[in-house]
Amino acid sequence: MALAGQRDAPEPPDFGILKRLAQDQLVYLLEQLPGRKDLFIEADLMSPLDRIANVSILKQHDVDKLYKVETRPGPGASDQFCFLVRPRVRTMRFIADIVNADKMSGRSRKYKIIFSPQKFYACEMVLEEEGVFGDVTCDEWSFYLLPLDEDIISMELPEFFRDYFLEGDHRWINPIARALQLLSSLYGPFGRTYGIGRCAKMSYELWRDLEEESESEGQGRKPEIGHVFLMDRDTDYVTALCSQVVYEGLVDDTFRIKCGSVDFGPDVTSSDKSIKVLLNSQDKVFSQIRNEHFSRVFGFLSQKSRNLQAQYDRRRGMDIKQMKDFVSQELKGLKQEHRLLSLHIGACESIMKKKTKQDFQETIKAEHSLLEGFDVRESTSFIEEHIDRQVSPVESLRLMCLLSITENGLIPKDYRSLKTQYLQSYGPEHLLTFHNLKRMGLLTEQSAGETLTAVESKVSKLVTDRAAGKITDAFNSLARKSNFRAISKKLGLIPRLDGEYDLKTPRDMAYVFGGAYVPLSCKIIEQVLERRGWQGLEEVVRLLNGNEFCVSGTGGPGRRGRQPARPTALCVPLQTALRGTARPASPSVLSSPSSWAAAPSRRSRRCASWGRREVGRPGEGGERAGATQLEARRALRSALCPASGAHGPAVPVPPAALPGHRRAHPAGYKFIFLTTAITNSARMMEAAIEAKA
Amino acid sequence: MSRVRADEEEYWHSSKFRAFTFDDEDDELSQESKRAVNSLRDIVDDDDDDLERVSWSGEPVGSISWSIKETASGSTGSLDGRDSSLQKGSSSYAALPKQASSYSLSSLFKGRSKLSSFQSLSDALTDTGVKNYAPELRRPKAEYKDYSSDWSPKDTVRRMQRGKVCSLERFRSLQDKLVLLDEAVAGHDGNVITAVLIFLKRTLRREILFRELEVRQVALCHLIYFLRETGEQKFLLDLLRFLDRTEEVALSQYREHLNIQDVEKRREFLKGCIGLPFSAEDTSHIQDHYTLLERQIIIEANDRHLEMAGQSELFRKYPRKASILNMPLVTTLFYSCFYHYTEAEGMFSSPTNLKKTFKIPDKQYVLTALAARAKLRAWGDVDALLTTKNWLGYTKKKAPIGFHRVVEILQRNNAPVQVLQEYVRLVEDVETRLNLATKYKCHDVVIETYRDLKDRIQLTAYKCKVERGSAEEEKIHSILSNTQIRWKN
Repeated sequence: MALAGQRDAPEPPDFGILKRLAQDQLVYLLEQLPGRKDLFIEADLMSPLDRIANVSILKQHDVDKLYKVETRPGPGASDQFCFLVRPRVRTMRFIADIVNADKMSGRSRKYKIIFSPQKFYACEMVLEEEGVFGDVTCDEWSFYLLPLDEDIISMELPEFFRDYFLEGDHRWINPIARALQLLSSLYGPFGRTYGIGRCAKMSYELWRDLEEESESEGQGRKPEIGHVFLMDRDTDYVTALCSQVVYEGLVDDTFRIKCGSVDFGPDVTSSDKSIKVLLNSQDKVFSQIRNEHFSRVFGFLSQKSRNLQAQYDRRRGMDIKQMKDFVSQELKGLKQEHRLLSLHIGACESIMKKKTKQDFQETIKAEHSLLEGFDVRESTSFIEEHIDRQVSPVESLRLMCLLSITENGLIPKDYRSLKTQYLQSYGPEHLLTFHNLKRMGLLTEQSAGETLTAVESKVSKLVTDRAAGKITDAFNSLARKSNFRAISKKLGLIPRLDGEYDLKTPRDMAYVFGGAYVPLSCKIIEQVLERRGWQGLEEVVRLLNGNEFCVSGTGGPGRRGRQPARPTALCVPLQTALRGTARPASPSVLSSPSSWAAAPSRRSRRCASWGRREVGRPGEGGERAGATQLEARRALRSALCPASGAHGPAVPVPPAALPGHRRAHPAGYKFIFLTTAITNSARMMEAAIEAKA
Repeated sequence: MSRVRADEEEYWHSSKFRAFTFDDEDDELSQESKRAVNSLRDIVDDDDDDLERVSWSGEPVGSISWSIKETASGSTGSLDGRDSSLQKGSSSYAALPKQASSYSLSSLFKGRSKLSSFQSLSDALTDTGVKNYAPELRRPKAEYKDYSSDWSPKDTVRRMQRGKVCSLERFRSLQDKLVLLDEAVAGHDGNVITAVLIFLKRTLRREILFRELEVRQVALCHLIYFLRETGEQKFLLDLLRFLDRTEEVALSQYREHLNIQDVEKRREFLKGCIGLPFSAEDTSHIQDHYTLLERQIIIEANDRHLEMAGQSELFRKYPRKASILNMPLVTTLFYSCFYHYTEAEGMFSSPTNLKKTFKIPDKQYVLTALAARAKLRAWGDVDALLTTKNWLGYTKKKAPIGFHRVVEILQRNNAPVQVLQEYVRLVEDVETRLNLATKYKCHDVVIETYRDLKDRIQLTAYKCKVERGSAEEEKIHSILSNTQIRWKN
C-alpha cells in the first residue's frame, strides 16, 4: 500500500524526547520537596499527566496519596502537600482555603505549588491576598508540549481559545512562544517562518525576542524541521464548524477524543464495561481508517476481517509443529488485531446509529448549501426547524455560526427570530451565549450598511471590503468580518467538477468534506509554501484582515540562511481542527499554536496529515495511510510537492504537473502540527456557553 | 413550498459530491464484518490483559486518573498497598524508553528562572519565610542585585516576561506607570500586562485608571477579564459604567443568576434584571425569562402536590422524571401538553395559555404538542391538532411542519399502521411518500401511489412485499386487472 511517492519523505523527528524531558523535570520538582507528600492534581492536567508519568513513578518519588484539586484532604493526610495545577485564580483560592484551615487548626504542613506550564502573577497576588504567600513555595513545570502522535504535538490548553478570542487576553502568548523556543532548540533552527493572524504575529514576535537573547545553542546542528507556519484559528472558522465525515473526526464528534485517547462505552465494546483506547498511528487498524471518508470505512473493515478469518483458518490442517509456531508467533498479533477490529466496527455502528437519528444527511446537505451560497433561505428554515425540534443545543449553534460566517452575518430579521426560538428551545440564559458569539465574530448580525456587501458577495460580483482596511486596533479585530464567500472564490475552495466526487482517489483536499469544500487553512498553507511567501496572495490576505508575515531564519540574524530548509513544515494553528483532510506533509512544517491552537478540530488535523504524507515520509505513510488520509495527503502533496529529494528545499511544482510527477518525484512536505489544543465544533461552541462560576 | 422542495431535491440528485450516505450496502458490510469478527470469538479466548499490555497504554490500572478515583472513593490506604497492580501500570508505558534522557534539564531550560519563587509584585524582598524556600538556596547571589537596579520600563517588562522578579514600586509618576503599561502591551505577554494592571489598580484612583484604559483597549480587556476572574463585580460594573458600555453592565449582572440555586431567590433576582439597560429586544427576553420561571414555580408546586396525592391517573401512570423548574420554554410547553392538555386557557399550566403568553409560533406549538400527544398515544388529539376548518365548515388536514415530520414523530412513538398511513398519504412529494410508505409498510399508500403513477412494473413487483392472500394482495390484483387504467409501462 505504500506509495512510491512517499519514498523520499523525511523521517519525522523523535518527539519522544519531549515526554522524557517533561518527566525528568517533574521528578526533579517533586524531589525539591523531599519526603512523603500528598499530590493534588488539577482535573484537566490528569489526562496529559497520564501520558507523561504514572503512579509508580510518582510513588518512587515519595508521593503518597493522590487527590483531584477541589477534593478536600482526608484525615490521614501527609505533612506535605504538593499541588500540580494550571495557573488559575479559582485553584489558588482552593489552596489558600486548605492552608488557612490548617493554620486555624494549628496543623503545620509544607505546601508546594507546581504551576504548569507557567506561574501567573495574578495567582501570586491571590496567594498574597489570602495571606498564604510565604506559607507555600511555588515552582514551574515547563510542560509545554505533549506529543499526541508522531505528527501532532499539543499544548493541551483548550482555554486559550476562549481567553484569547473571547476575552482578548494575551496570557497564553508567552507559553506559546516558549513552546516554539523549546522546539527550535531541539529540532531547529527553522528555515523559514510564515504566519497569519494577530495572535500568530504576536507569538512570533515574542518568540523571536526570546531567541535573540538566548545563546545560540544548537549551532551547526542539523535542523529537523524546515519551515514553521503559524496561524490563528479565526482565520478559518469554517473548517472547524463543518460536520466531519472522516473516521477520526466522527469518532471525535461522537465519543470525544481526549488527549489522544477515547473511552468506548458499553454500546461499542458490546460488554458491560468501557474501554479506554489510545488512538494513534500505533493502532494498526485505526491508522488505516482514520483519514478515510466514513462511507469507505465499513468496506475496509469488512475486508480486513475476512483477511483475518483467512489467517486464522490456516491453522486447520497444520501439524503439531506448525501449530506450535503459529501459536507462538502469530496468534498474539492476530488476537490483537481481532480486538481492534471489533472495537472499530462497534464504534462505526454506534456512530451510524447516532448520526442517522440526527438527520445527518439533511444536515450535511444544508451545510453544503451554505458553503456554496445556494438556497440560503432553505438552509435558514432547516436551522430553524433544527432549533424548534430541540435536536441539540450545540449543533443548532454550530449551524447558525456557519450560516453567519458564510453570509457575513445574519440578516437582522433572521438573527432576531433564530435567537428568540433558540432561547425558547434551549433556555433563556443562552442570551449570554449569543452575546459571546457575537464578540468572537462567530454569530453576527448584518448592520444596515453591510447588507449590500453581502448581496454583492453572494452574487459573486466584485467584492470590496470597505471595513477591512479600517480595522486597526485589537478589539475590533476580534469581531471582524469573515469575507468567506470572496475568499472561497479567490482560492477555489468549492471544487467544481462534473459527476460524482471520487472519494476513493480524491483529487484534492476537499475529500475531507466529501468533496464539498477545501479547508481554507490548508489551502493557505499550500499556497504559501508553494510560493514561498505571500506574493500573489495580497487580495486573500486583505480579505483575511492581514497580519501575515514571512521571515527567513528564525534563530536571530546569526542563524539566517545557514542551511537549506528541510522539507518539514511545522503548522502551529492556534487551535487545530483535526478535521480530516490535509495534514501538510512537507518537510516538517511546524505550525505554531497561536492560530490554530485556538480551535483545533479533527478536521484540520487531517488536513495536516494529508499534507504531511505528501511531503514526506515514504515508509510510514504507506502503511498507515487510510484512504481518507491518503487522499487528503495525496491531494495536498500534489499541491505542495517539491520536485525532488526530500531533504532539499521544497521546489514548488505547479499542481497541474503533479499527477504525472507524483510517483516519480515523491518528495514533498511532511507536516507536523503543534497546537494549543485540538478542537471541534462542539468544543468551540461550548467555549462560548457561560457556566456557573 | 413543494416547488422549492422539488428544486432542492433536484439539486441534490444532480450534485456532484456524495452526501454522506448510509446505504444498505454499508449495512450489509457491517453485518458481514461483524459476523466474521464474532465467529472468531471461539478461537480467541478472552484474556484481555495480555492484549492490553501489547497495544494500549490505555492503562486502566495504575494510571493516575485511576488512582485519583481510588483516593476519592475514600480509600485511605497509601499507595503502598497496591504495589502489585501498580507495577503492572508501569509496563503500559513501555513505549517510552526508560533510560535517562541525553539532554540535561539544566541545559534545556537555561535562561528560564526556575529559581524564582519570589515574585511578589510589590516587594519581593520583605518576605522572609526563608525556611520554606528550599529552591531559593539555588538562587545565585547575583540575582539579588537585580532588585536594587533601576531597570527601564522596557527591561522591567522583559524581565517579567522571563519570570524574573521585578519591583514595580519605583514607577510612581503617572507617566512612568503608563509607559510601563504600554511596554507591557507591546511585549504581548498577557501575564505581564495583568501584573502591571494589578499594580496600577492598587496605586491609582479608579477614575484615572479608567480614563487611561479607555484609550488602551488591549489593557482594558485584560483588566475586565481579571476582574471577572477574581470576582470583583462591583469594580467591574463601575468600570463598564464609566466606559458607557451599558449593555455589558446589564449582561454582567444578569449573568449572576446562574449562581443562584434557590428558585425563589432566582426569580426575585430576575425580576430585578428586567429594569437593566438591555437592548429592547433583550429586555423582552429577560421579561420572558422571569415570567417563565414564575409560571414554573406555580406549576411545580401544584403538580408536586397532585403527584403526591396520587389522585391523578396521568401522574400515576407517567410519573414525572424531573422537576420543570429552570427548563426551557419548549420543554415546559411539552410538559404542559403532556400533563395539562385539556385545561382551560385561564390556567397558568394550560398549553394555550403558554402559547399566548410567550407568543409561541404555530409551527413550534404544533411540533411540540404533536410530540407530547403522540407520546401518550392520544391519536384523537393528534388528528384534531392537524385538522382545520375553513369558514364553510369543510375540514382539511394541515401541518405547518410538513407531513413527513408528522410521520416521523408518530413513527418514533410507535403509532399503529392505520394511524401512520393516514398521514403518509398526505406527504406531498411523491418520492418521499413512497419511501416513507415502503419503510413503514403502509401498503395501501404504496399501492395507490403506484396506481396513480400508472407504474405497472413497480406495482407488480410490490406484490411480493405483501402477505399472500391478504386484502392488499387482492387490491393489487384488482388494480392490475383494471382495463380502465392506461399504464405507462
